[in-house]
Amino acid sequence: MTITVAGNKKDYPGALTVQKLIELENVEMPLYVTVSLNDEFVPGGTFETTELHDGDSVEFLYFMGGGR
Amino acid sequence: MAFSNEQLERYSRHIILKEVGVKGQKKLLESKVLIIGAGGLGAPAALYLAAAGVGTIGIADADEVDLSNLQRQVIHTTLDLGKAKVQSARETMEAVNPDVRVRAYQTFVAADNIMELVRDYDFVIDGTDNFPAKFLINDACVLAKKPFSHAGIIRFRGQLMTYVPGQGPCYRCVFKAPPPPDAVPTCRQAGVIGAMGGVIGSLQAMEAIKYIVGKGELLTGALLTYDALTMEFRKIKLPGNGSCAVCGQNPTILKPFDYEQAGCEIKA
Repeated sequence: MTITVAGNKKDYPGALTVQKLIELENVEMPLYVTVSLNDEFVPGGTFETTELHDGDSVEFLYFMGGGR
Repeated sequence: MAFSNEQLERYSRHIILKEVGVKGQKKLLESKVLIIGAGGLGAPAALYLAAAGVGTIGIADADEVDLSNLQRQVIHTTLDLGKAKVQSARETMEAVNPDVRVRAYQTFVAADNIMELVRDYDFVIDGTDNFPAKFLINDACVLAKKPFSHAGIIRFRGQLMTYVPGQGPCYRCVFKAPPPPDAVPTCRQAGVIGAMGGVIGSLQAMEAIKYIVGKGELLTGALLTYDALTMEFRKIKLPGNGSCAVCGQNPTILKPFDYEQAGCEIKA
């Protein structure tokens, strides 16, 4: 199935959850990433159970703390 | 308020823009912007807002200028080492533009003073370097109904978003609560390319200016991310979050509070 990840279309074989995608994409700081799926936030604690479907769009939002 | 000949010349490149004009420049001169943090983000933001003729600029920071600041904090010079950052920033802003009234607050911004600080300003710029401060600024601005620009920078990356009351999600809608101390690297631990503050801090100044003159689209409901290594900007749509603890339908945060966590530049 094809998922748009951070703006790029990618093909993945087989079933996929948000958690699995985080692992496949080597997301930095996976415990502290915010995920949006088709422009809705995926609630924390549901990454393992949220299944992805063909055509879905996923964004990873990262904590960025610097500034001074 | 009539412009002097000097002001007409100083702001001529603004006044000639149809989106600004005499009317917009007058709004800038009558506006008040608070910058929290006189560092990597706050320095370029303060310089551009002063040059733009923002009439009152508040700047808050408890620190003094340190040698390791000068790689990115372009409002301070080598001659300012040891000086209070807010004093150094004030002197530079006043030298850039004598039209600007600078209010310097040499203090740690915390739950017990932030509402008083933000109350008098039209727009707030978050130029802080730690999550407790970023959440504090968010909560205070939501509670005081003040628009603000959030930003963060690290290594070769930066991001920013703009909150305007009633026009989209706040920082807490997206990020919920600070990560545990040391779970996410800080600039001190991970480094940051100096020009990143220039890019993102200037974009924060741009958001403030657009808000004040009332033109263009703001980064409300969007997070703009920038990766300098790939030279990619991305504008990511941010959903609303009705269950947000501060701006949601049943808020549990009714006044600002401090998280116990030190920032990366707070000296031990």
